[in-house]
Amino acid sequence: MPSPRTGYVPILLRLDPGGVVLLAIVLGAAVLVPVLNLAVPPDSPFHVPSYLVSLWGKYLCFALLAVSVDLVWGYCGILSLGHGAFFALGGYAMGMHLMRQIGDRGVYGHPVLPDFMVFLDWDRLPWYWHGFDSFAFAMMMVLLVPGTLAFVFGWLAFRSRVGGVYLSIISQAMTYALMLAFFRNDMGFGGNNGLTDFKDLLGFDLQADGTRAALFAASALALALGYLVCRLMMLSKFGRVVMAVRDGESRTRFLGYRVEYYKLVVWVVSAMLAGLAGALYVPQVGIINPGEFSPANSIEIIVWVAVGGRGTLYGAALGGVLVNYAKTYFTGAAPEIWLFLLGGLFIAVTLFLPKGIVGTAADGWRSLRRRIRAPARGTVP
Amino acid sequence: MPVSGLRAVFVCVVFVFAALAAAAPSRAQDGDFAALVAQLAVGAFEEKVAAIEALVATGDPRVQAILEAVADRNLYVREADGLVAIGADHPDGLSLTDAVTGDDLGVVASRDVDRVRANNRLRRLAGSAIGTLTLMNPDPAVRLAAAEAVFRSQDASALSALDQALAEETDDAVRQAMAKARAAILLDSDDPAARLQAVETLGALTDPEIRSMLAAMLRQSNDGSFQETDEAVRAAAGEALDAIEGRLATWRVAGYVYQGISLGSVLLLAAIGLAITFGVMGVINMAHGEMVMLGAYTTYVVQQIFRDLAPGLFDVSLLVAIPAAFLVAGLAGIAIERGIIRFLYGRPLETLLATWGLSLILQQLVRTVFGPTNREVGSPSWMQGAIETTAGITLTYNRLYIILFSLIVFAGLIFVLRRTALGLQMRAVTQNRQMARAMGIRTDRVDALTFGLGSGIAGMAGVALSQIDNVSPNLGQSYIIDSFLVVVFGGVGNLWGTLAGAFSLGIANKLLEPYAGAVLGKILVLVAIILFIQKRPRGLVALKGRAVEG
Amino acid sequence: MRVPTPAKVAQDQDVVLYVNGVTVSFDGFKALNNLSYVVRTGEMRAIIGPNGAGKTTMMDVVTGKTRPDAGEVYFKQVHDLTRLDEAAIANLGIGRKFQKPTVFENHSVFENLELASKSARGPFHSLFFRLTGEQATRIDAVLETIGLADQRADRAGALSHGQKQWLEIGMLLIQDPELLFLDEPVAGMTDAETEQTAALLRQIAGQHSVVVVEHDMAFVRALDVKVTVLHEGGVLAEGPLDQVQANERVIEVYLGR
Repeated sequence: MPSPRTGYVPILLRLDPGGVVLLAIVLGAAVLVPVLNLAVPPDSPFHVPSYLVSLWGKYLCFALLAVSVDLVWGYCGILSLGHGAFFALGGYAMGMHLMRQIGDRGVYGHPVLPDFMVFLDWDRLPWYWHGFDSFAFAMMMVLLVPGTLAFVFGWLAFRSRVGGVYLSIISQAMTYALMLAFFRNDMGFGGNNGLTDFKDLLGFDLQADGTRAALFAASALALALGYLVCRLMMLSKFGRVVMAVRDGESRTRFLGYRVEYYKLVVWVVSAMLAGLAGALYVPQVGIINPGEFSPANSIEIIVWVAVGGRGTLYGAALGGVLVNYAKTYFTGAAPEIWLFLLGGLFIAVTLFLPKGIVGTAADGWRSLRRRIRAPARGTVP
Repeated sequence: MPVSGLRAVFVCVVFVFAALAAAAPSRAQDGDFAALVAQLAVGAFEEKVAAIEALVATGDPRVQAILEAVADRNLYVREADGLVAIGADHPDGLSLTDAVTGDDLGVVASRDVDRVRANNRLRRLAGSAIGTLTLMNPDPAVRLAAAEAVFRSQDASALSALDQALAEETDDAVRQAMAKARAAILLDSDDPAARLQAVETLGALTDPEIRSMLAAMLRQSNDGSFQETDEAVRAAAGEALDAIEGRLATWRVAGYVYQGISLGSVLLLAAIGLAITFGVMGVINMAHGEMVMLGAYTTYVVQQIFRDLAPGLFDVSLLVAIPAAFLVAGLAGIAIERGIIRFLYGRPLETLLATWGLSLILQQLVRTVFGPTNREVGSPSWMQGAIETTAGITLTYNRLYIILFSLIVFAGLIFVLRRTALGLQMRAVTQNRQMARAMGIRTDRVDALTFGLGSGIAGMAGVALSQIDNVSPNLGQSYIIDSFLVVVFGGVGNLWGTLAGAFSLGIANKLLEPYAGAVLGKILVLVAIILFIQKRPRGLVALKGRAVEG
Repeated sequence: MRVPTPAKVAQDQDVVLYVNGVTVSFDGFKALNNLSYVVRTGEMRAIIGPNGAGKTTMMDVVTGKTRPDAGEVYFKQVHDLTRLDEAAIANLGIGRKFQKPTVFENHSVFENLELASKSARGPFHSLFFRLTGEQATRIDAVLETIGLADQRADRAGALSHGQKQWLEIGMLLIQDPELLFLDEPVAGMTDAETEQTAALLRQIAGQHSVVVVEHDMAFVRALDVKVTVLHEGGVLAEGPLDQVQANERVIEVYLGR
């Protein structure tokens, strides 16, 4: 029961209906899809083919990425045009682990060095590749590398009060610079081709149905977890301060809050979630290359969030899945139309649907409910 | 010295040489001349060598053509009468010219003539003799080329001719080239004093070739002995080498700076329209790059029309393309402002997204219409070619024109903003929209025109970029990030800041490139800008005060 | 730059704000020109001046938004405000109300007050923050004071202009600053609202030191406090309103020749 005096509500009760539905669907899928893929015979109408498992697993990663962007954009008002960089860094961290797992099964059969290093005539592993043979270390790096980059970038930017479009532009420059860097062979990340030809993860063959189903389930769990972390953060007073920063940054300062610290926390958490999404994405698509850093990719994430509805988290997740589903469909069926559609989507959403699908639907639902019931009391935003 | 004065000197020189070369050895000696030519054509090898030297000594203007014919194996003897003639390729055989009289002898079949036998040594001899001969040519450009040829061959036999030419030379540039050639020959002299003097002469010049000559003198062979035996000369050569290295390094840096200015002018062109739309209006137009692209494709279309309708006027197609591109991109800009952006004023992040979407659509549209591959855009003849400097730096004309063009566009824009009614209204609307509206300025029209102006300038940038970059649907994408960085780095809302930003970024990029490599250099610049913006969020040329807060 | 005069500062133990020789220039334009004034503990002060006199810049300097080019600003004689940022100054106990009501429109009235209420301001503290009973009581009390008890759950954006002003004043009350800056607190208010606001402010004064920047002479007269007149970035006159209004220079500046 909400306490009328303190506005305190037990946490799980404070989740919005949309969030509960999202969690139910995602967690249900985490169980159901692997079962339908592995246990149901292929000739059954309920069988889920393996390619769909990987495809939908990929969508779940994009949904998590969209949630992470919504956290900074929808709640804190920071439009990042460089979140693809955090996603890609997480992906590279995972990719490096997968490369080390190949061992001597590469084309050149070198016991330690990945193929591309042998090809470049390198005689030893660069120092920053050490440790990635350990899964635990690699998973730490999946969070720490994007987190550290975000911390340094954010600390510099927020402390000197770079905001609005300036921040958008330099975040874009950040991912652009990283893309150029990762394209270089001597960076030691496979240059143009990136990291690929992965064999297995924790000893399980990446091509096996079981592994794919497990990765799908892991992605679903990561999405659920990421959503919960963001939601709970935003439900606390911390979240209310963050939204206050979004709506009136300088007012928040005059109340005594150090806006830069709040932004930094949100920014770093968001980068880590993006990194996690990237790490789950890479084994399911089997490759990570510098193209993931391209500024266009990062901007595309924004449209996922905008379509779903910024500032709702579950809407962002929905947008991530919907837009990518459309992308898969149209790039297959009519590739020349896809860019027109994507471009039109950007324009249509900003002009006609600024709150996105979920925001618009929620507005409609709220006004309907208001008409039916007496004005609701409570402090839930 | 004024140009007309120089020209007068040239004319005098031409007359003097004409008189010296043509009149003095008069036609009375034609008989001897013909004999020498005959000796060259049919004599034994030593006789031929002697004939070349004797011919050169006559100073006769006809000698050059004959020697060139020897060098190019184009000297023939007519079988019928033994007449020596110079041949040129002709579809029906050979077209002959009398070597002595210069008369046209008509076209003959190849089998009717014998080619004068000239081995490589003889041809080389003829070549260097031409060099000597042309040192006295009335045309200073020819003399300069001859001096350069002697410098490269370091042919000692040219020394006397060089001395003679130097004594009479009046053109400073030619004199210098001759002195250089002379010094280069004297480097091989047996007299250490002459070598010393040569080293000193050469040390004052800046040329990569001299550097390698001097470096060769200092080379030590395996037994420890130096190429140059005299210690004093060696010391002087060492000093001269250091001095040249120093000057060459300066020149190299100057070359990078030039490349930087060139890159800066491209950045300026791409960014200056953005400085209007973003800097003055506060609109983030991510489709700005596509306006540039539209300009480039307009250039392509205009050129196609010229190719089809008036191929002879192709050289002016670019001049037509500039206003055409301005109009096309400007109208597109106005359409974008009226259709999308005006609904999004005050929401910069939404504007950014909508215009990004628009950029995707425009790219795909152009891809659908013109195809995904690069389109061929030609350069008019007046933009081809280059200026070469002695220090080995090449300034291509198209780059020079683009630098010039960018500055003209910049100046034009400043003029429009300062001196025209539109500029006045634009500034009024930027500073206080309500007040401007109250004073009867149609703010929405000003908005549309301002945006059109910014886009039109982007279109003109596209014309320039079509000359140095591939015209493809992705053309704009490669400049958009740099353009934004230039505007932000330079200071939003300040055109001079954009100018300073463009050139400093261009130069910084090119100065870093040789040390860090192209990609790493770019990354370093990007990181530097990111850090700079965090230090000075308002850019290089910052506006302070209330105006920027709103 | 003038050397601070600690002796003078220390003499007056009840000085809460000491502004001395502050100069701020934007692109050559001097928004503040050698501005000096002192506010005593518990005092209410009205600052008036024509447009462009430097009122807003003065507040920006004291609250840390703008760094002065020269001069000293001390709070309670020990805190050098020119070295601190907005958040630090706010936490020292200086509150500011903006001319345009700036409340968090997407937050409820209650949440607006919760954000302003006294508690640690760090992000990690906020993550695990729970309102204490005492704080909730205080918020309820302020809601009564500003007359918004019935609107506690409403979006602040849905409030009327006057209610927003009061909410903002309420946020300052709950922030409980020692020194309050109010920028035109009655701008755009009806007469009745103005009256209520004046009463509210008089209630605040005494417990707090208050600096009110105003245009509305009737309101300043209703406050009945010492007045400082700013002109071209400096102090033109200071004293009771009647005395100030009789000052020839003030008449010249306000009415023209």
